[in-house]
Amino acid sequence: MGDEIVHALKGVSLDIHEGEFVTIMGSSGSGKSTMLNILGCLDSPSSGSYLIDGVPVNSLNRNELATIRNEKIGFIFQAYNLLPRTTAIENVELPLIYNNKISSEERHRRAVAALEMVGLGERLDHTPAQLSGGQQQRVAIARSLVNDPVIILADEATGNLDTRTSYEIMSLFQELNRKGKTIAFVTHEPDIAEFSGRTVILKDGHIIKDEINTDINDAARELAALPKEDHE
Amino acid sequence: MKTRILNLIKIALKAIVLNKMRTLLTMLGIIIGVASVIAMLAIGEGSKQSIRDEISSMGSNMINIRPGADMRGGVRMNPSEMQSLKLKDYEALKEEASLLAYVTPQVSGSGQSINGANNWPTSIYGVNPEYLDIKIWDLEDGSMFTNAEVRSAAKVAVIGQTVAENLFTNGEDPIGKMIRFNSIPFKIIGVLSEKGESNFGQDQDDVILAPYTTVQKRILAIDYIQSIVASAISEEDAQGAVDEISTILRRQHDIGSNENDDFNVFSMDELISTFSSTSEMLTVLLVAIASISLLIGGIGIMNIMYVSVKERTREIGLRMSVGAKGSDILLQFLIEAILISVTGGLIGVILGFTATLFIKGVLGWPTIITSYSVIVSFFVCAVTGIFFGWYPARKASALDPITALRYE
Repeated sequence: MGDEIVHALKGVSLDIHEGEFVTIMGSSGSGKSTMLNILGCLDSPSSGSYLIDGVPVNSLNRNELATIRNEKIGFIFQAYNLLPRTTAIENVELPLIYNNKISSEERHRRAVAALEMVGLGERLDHTPAQLSGGQQQRVAIARSLVNDPVIILADEATGNLDTRTSYEIMSLFQELNRKGKTIAFVTHEPDIAEFSGRTVILKDGHIIKDEINTDINDAARELAALPKEDHE
Repeated sequence: MKTRILNLIKIALKAIVLNKMRTLLTMLGIIIGVASVIAMLAIGEGSKQSIRDEISSMGSNMINIRPGADMRGGVRMNPSEMQSLKLKDYEALKEEASLLAYVTPQVSGSGQSINGANNWPTSIYGVNPEYLDIKIWDLEDGSMFTNAEVRSAAKVAVIGQTVAENLFTNGEDPIGKMIRFNSIPFKIIGVLSEKGESNFGQDQDDVILAPYTTVQKRILAIDYIQSIVASAISEEDAQGAVDEISTILRRQHDIGSNENDDFNVFSMDELISTFSSTSEMLTVLLVAIASISLLIGGIGIMNIMYVSVKERTREIGLRMSVGAKGSDILLQFLIEAILISVTGGLIGVILGFTATLFIKGVLGWPTIITSYSVIVSFFVCAVTGIFFGWYPARKASALDPITALRYE
């Protein structure tokens, strides 16, 4: 059937350190989705190796990968991917449901804490339909935080949001990073990259640029500089 | 493990509650299936029991002896025209058979009974007084004729309710009145209690009983007897009694060891099993039809679960990305299917009971709900859930999280 083997990533070597805020950029077809899938243990590399929190992932089976995702990774998606007709608190609790070590009381307590951290402590029982796009993404961020992951992976997390809300979300990410969270943020918007401490640019499966950002933009300041408007 | 299952049950319950209408429609197939299986089994069981009761009320130990398939020079005789049963056969049975409680010869004829201006076509049975013991029949009024009246071929009769109603339309007391049967006068000395219609649609009260000697001489002008009716001393001894009768009659009739009987002995046991097997076959048929609806209900579950898996592909992708294992997803959908089918089964059981009560109350059919029908249909439901939920659930669990997450 003409199964062509495409090497989405070639000879890529990347280290993300604890507490880093890395932006991974690239146009479509650059291999950034594949990079994200491997970083998120949704896929394992066909050759080479990937270690997360010191654990080599290559040899793990589906179930072991699921456990790694459950305990070490927090995902944030462009389309929020919240369960419809399900309250914010239940959405946030989701990853912990698949962790049998955590009791339901503990689960609830941690979900409330995560939602408070993203500023939605007052909207625990709102369903996605009752929340704005920005608030939905905050619920998704809370969900990614709830299992206290070693890395948060955001896939075009501001892609569906307007500028103001994007800045709000980026401000939240910066705040989380300041609190020590490791974040890998995949985007194709250059101005978003300015908010992170390091930018990795992919092209045709190769890293063409990997540099530390010395002049980090402050999302909160940008937000304040935006012209006042009525919203929400 | 326990918390895991508990959590998955919660997830499945939530999905069911969020899709109430769809769940209900899915359940409908199972509900109707289970309800009809229970109702059909109840009808089948009820009719079987009523046949059994009916036959028992005719005298469960009753044994009938009739002239049987005999060949005379290659010509098969009509049993009713055969004259192979004689009074001395009856006497032999009466004296020798140890397992028989009561024995009576029986001759019968039909004709017109007349009381003044009223007349009524009916049958007359010539028997001895033991007939009532065999049939477990009581008199409502008057008395049965005696053995002395049998010996003297007295023209006395005991009449059934139907005959009494039709000949004595003004409600006067029939006892002591004279009626005529085929122009022979009979004095009525007793009225039988009501026995009702037999299972075979025969009005058992449309009868006149008279001494067999009288019927033989006055009505039929024969010296043989048409049949012998007897009852075994107990239901357990019925088969032994049948064998005993055969032995005595074969000797009486000088039948060689390689020759066929010229009589037939029927016990009620055989009758019961004959009619039971008919109703059993009917039950099997009804249940087969009901089972098909259960099967279709199961396919309905599979269909909905399949659609549900497709519809919730992104949800499955998300669950996997936050750490759900394939087995978590499999169990989630399997539990959902089982919950739907078991809940449907429970509702079906309730509906089946209601339908059965309705059939009993409104249509007046005899019904019996057996515990096994409830247990079996409920069990079948759970199995249906697992069986038909398995494929869609398996499909869901095998999804690739990356593809599922990006599924549109």
